[in-house]
Order: sequence, then C-alpha cells, then structure tokens
Amino acid sequence: MNARVVAIVIALAALATLPHWIQGDYYINVSSQILFSAIFALGLNVLAGYGGLVSLGHAGLLGITAYAVGYTLQAGFGHPVAILAGIVIGVASMAVYAVLSLRATGIGFIMITLALGEIIWGLAYRWIGITNGDNGISLHGRPQPFGLSLNSPAAFYYMTLVVFLISLAAMTMFVRSPLGAALMGTRDQPRRMNALGYHVWAIRFWACLFSGLLTAVSGILFVYYTQFISPQALDLTSSAEVLLMVIAGGAGTLFGPVVGAALVVIVKSVVSAYVTRWNMLLGAIFVVIVIFMPEGIVPGTVRLWRAARRRFVPTAAPASKAGAPP
Amino acid sequence: MTFWLLLTVNSVTFGSLLFLLAAGFSLIFGLMRIPNLTHGSLFMLGAYFGATMVGGLLSIEFDFWVAALIAAILVAAFGAIVERFLLRRLPGQQIAQVLATLGISFMVADFCLMVWGGDPINVATPDSLTGFIRLGPMVFPNYRLAVIAIAVVVAIGLWLLLDRTRLGAMIRAGVDDPDMARVVGIRVSQLFTIVFSLGAALAAFAGIIGAPILSVYPGIDQDMLPLALVVVILGGSGSLLGSFVGSIIIGFIYNFGQALLPELSYFVLFLPMLLVLLVRPQGLFGRFVP
Repeated sequence: MNARVVAIVIALAALATLPHWIQGDYYINVSSQILFSAIFALGLNVLAGYGGLVSLGHAGLLGITAYAVGYTLQAGFGHPVAILAGIVIGVASMAVYAVLSLRATGIGFIMITLALGEIIWGLAYRWIGITNGDNGISLHGRPQPFGLSLNSPAAFYYMTLVVFLISLAAMTMFVRSPLGAALMGTRDQPRRMNALGYHVWAIRFWACLFSGLLTAVSGILFVYYTQFISPQALDLTSSAEVLLMVIAGGAGTLFGPVVGAALVVIVKSVVSAYVTRWNMLLGAIFVVIVIFMPEGIVPGTVRLWRAARRRFVPTAAPASKAGAPP
Repeated sequence: MTFWLLLTVNSVTFGSLLFLLAAGFSLIFGLMRIPNLTHGSLFMLGAYFGATMVGGLLSIEFDFWVAALIAAILVAAFGAIVERFLLRRLPGQQIAQVLATLGISFMVADFCLMVWGGDPINVATPDSLTGFIRLGPMVFPNYRLAVIAIAVVVAIGLWLLLDRTRLGAMIRAGVDDPDMARVVGIRVSQLFTIVFSLGAALAAFAGIIGAPILSVYPGIDQDMLPLALVVVILGGSGSLLGSFVGSIIIGFIYNFGQALLPELSYFVLFLPMLLVLLVRPQGLFGRFVP
C-alpha cells in the first residue's frame, strides 16, 4: 500500500512539473493528448471494464459532443454555453444510446453499439447542412477561464491535467461507491443481482450516463485541443483505438486505461513519424494483446510483481528468524 | 416511372449482393455466436484479388468468372487460417474473439491500401453480360439481372445444403444447441472451420461480382460490414431466410434512401434495425437473442 502511495505522489509531481522537464511544445502537446484520451478511456472503462459492456461506438458519442461545441460556437454563442451544450447534448445522446443498446448484453451489445456508432458517423459524414460533411467544423480560439489564456501548449496542458485529476477522482469515487459495486455485481452475476432485488437495467443505465459524462468532458478537451472536428474522429478506428487503450492497460482497473492511453498515444505519435497510417500496427497490437495478455498491462505487471514478491519476501523472513540470536 | 423502375432493379441487385455477404455472416454468427468483424475485409480482399486477376496478373488476363472462383477459394483459405490459428486459440471467449477479428480487419485494410493504393479500381463488366434486355419501354442491364440470378441460385444451393444434407443437419444442430450437438458426437469445432471458410468464400465472391457495380476502393470493407450487421440484426442470426428477406429490405432502403434523402440515408438505413431491436430483439426470423 505504501508503494502505491509513493508511486501516486511521484506520478503527480512528475505530471505537475511536466512542462518544465519536457523540452519542446510537441511533447507537451502529446502529453495533453494522453491526458484527454485517458479521460475518454476512463469513460469507456466504466462500461467495458466495470460493467462488462464492450461499446464499439464510443467515438460517435465523443464526436456528438465535439460537434455540439463546434456548432454552438459557430452559431455565435460564447464558450460557457458551448461547453454546457457539449455536456448536456453528449449525456443526452448517451441516454438514447444506452436505452437502445442496453436491450442486449455481451455480443449483442457490441453489435448494437457498433451499428449506432456507424449511424452517428454516417450522420456526421452525410448531414452536410449541420456538420459540413467531410470538411468538418473549425473552431477559433480556446476559452479563457478566469481570464487565463489557454493558447500556449503548457497552459492547455495544465487545464487538461486539472480536468484529468478531477475525472480520475470521480472515477475512484464511482468505483468505491455502492453503485460501482453494484455495477461490478451486474457484470459478474446479473441474474443473482436481479434475484437480490437490484434493478440490473437501471444500474447499467446510470453507469452509461457516467461513462457519457466522462466521454463528453474528453470530447470538449479534444475539440478545443484540435480546434477542428470532422467525421474521421468518429469512425470505427477511433472507437477501436479507445477500446484498445482500455484493454491494453487493463479493463476494470483504475489506472489501466491511463497507462493504455499513454501507450496508444505514444506509439501512434512515434509511428506516425515514420509511416502515414498506423492501422496495421493497431490491428497487430490488438490481436497480440487479446491472445497473450488478455488481462492488460497493469494487472499483468501487478501479477508479475506479486509473484516476484512472493518469491523473495518469504525466503527473507525465515532467514532473519534463523539469524536472530536465541 | 423509369426512375422508380431503375431504382427498384438497383435495390434488388444490391440486396442480392448483400445476401451473398450476409448469408455467411449470419451462419457464422449463428454457429460461433460471434459477429465476424473481418467480414467486410473478406469482401474487400475478394474484390481486390478478383480485380487484380481480371486486370492481368503475371501477364495472364483471367476470365471474370474464373477470377471470381479463384478469389473465393483464396479468401476461403484465409478465413480457414484465421479461424484455425486465431479464433481457435480463444475458445469460449466471445468478446476476445470479436476483438481479434476487429484487429485482423484493420490489418487487412492497411495491407490492401499498401498493395493496391488509395485509388478506386474499376472492374469491367464481363463481355457476355454488357448488354441490356428491353421489355417494352423498360430497359434492364444484363449484368444486374445476372447478379440477381446468381444470388437466387446461391440461396437455393445454401438452402439445399442446410436443409437436405447431413452437413447441413449438423450445422443446424450446432446453431440450435452447440453443447448438445457436441454431446451427440458432432465435431462442432470442425463445423466452425467449414462454416467460416464457406462464409469467407461467399463474402469474397460477393466482393468480386459486386466490383463492376460498386468498384473496389479502400474503405469498402467499412461500408459493407455495417450493412451485413444490419441485415443480420434485422433478419435474425443463423437464419438463411432472415438474411434473404433482410438483404432485400436493406437493399431497397439503401437505394431509395440515397436517392430520396441523401443527407439522412445512413440514418434511414438503421431505422428498421432499431425498430426490430425494440419490438423483436431476436430479429424477424431469428431463433435466439444474441
């Protein structure tokens, strides 16, 4: 437990001082990308990890929020209205998405969410009157909370970091709350939970809304970061990417999706310096992780760490006893 | 009048192509209980293989139908490899299997982009079918009629296979109750490979005979996969009749939607799926809820 606290403190210190020890705007921007992707992955992890509901349409939800922000700004409203619209429309879309997709679980849920994600993509692509089609919507400028400009990479990084830490705290509280425990119950034993008097559907629905809230928050950061939203951000590849973050890092763990997000964003940034597309690698990582490390990187490492400790600690304890004076 | 008639012919043709794609998808889903997310990629691979052979491979220009057959066999072999060496390693883990097929589909898409580039490839209509049939004031393109005829023949063939042969009886048993089928001595895992290859062959065949109509381009896999998904959700998984009816319905909605409501065509396409999910989650002719 102490090691965990130390690790968290070190990670926090490293994150808080990151713009000072990382050289170059490019790397600070990559860090911002990691953080808002991590919020997105946390949101998907609520369903895929803790709820056992693998959603393959989450990029569509992120896109709806991003389009809502872009459209509201384009219509001449200010940033507070745009952010509010992004969150309200994002969560409301999630509610519709949940009502439709929660008619099934398991494979059925995957299929329905995949189809819904494609519908949203198709709307973004074809409904040119609203979304400007393939050309997308451009934003102009970032909000200035309390008069602070977010235009520099470091300032935007700090904003993203604050939102990320709040999201992570909210996630921790959710997982430890009765609702979180009930959600894990519905994942492992839905029928037993039902027999115990829990309303399985309602628990899943509330989990979906929480997931939608995190997704919307990530979508707002995403659209302010890129200053642009186009259908490409909503396609199946994007949904698969965020799912890869969750699964690679470790579905159903608190920090797994964060590690997964860092891994995916870094690999993507590094690889895209050499090749223009990275779908081949994305697919290969997917297959390899699914086959060889289905539990993900964080639980996998924890398991290896525990195994190593078990090997060394018990041998150390008897040795000290034997060495003690009689 | 001609406009509506042409639209109808196009709808039935597209529905026929969809049926070839969705029949295998539905059988795989019915038997293995997973949506095979590589199905669009198999369609695309078949189309690219066929287009390459028709366009001339090693300075031999293959006949269209020979090319279609070879492409189907090659893709069937690829499907068998995916099933044997990948999905077989993840027995009983359906979600892991779905994710593995998703990973493969990304790899195939990138592979096709690397080999065949980003430009669409047009495949010429086979010479014997370039003409038209006139019926009074109406004109029907021969090739489209041929595609419809092929789909009908394949539908009858599949029905005979499933309904009249020993293999078909085993597949039906596997769809209805895989565990019980195993108990009575059916080697269900062998059926998995057979059905997966058959589905892959049908998808590839659809890809190449669809190529003169749709042409072949990067991203055709992601255009076709959701359609197959919708057909199966609509018609019911594991049901041949369901795939047939579903394909024709979606063929009509897709073509009429594109012609009448181009901006909302995608939305209109998925409406019947949503209705079916709300009213009859197992699909129109399905036997189980996925």
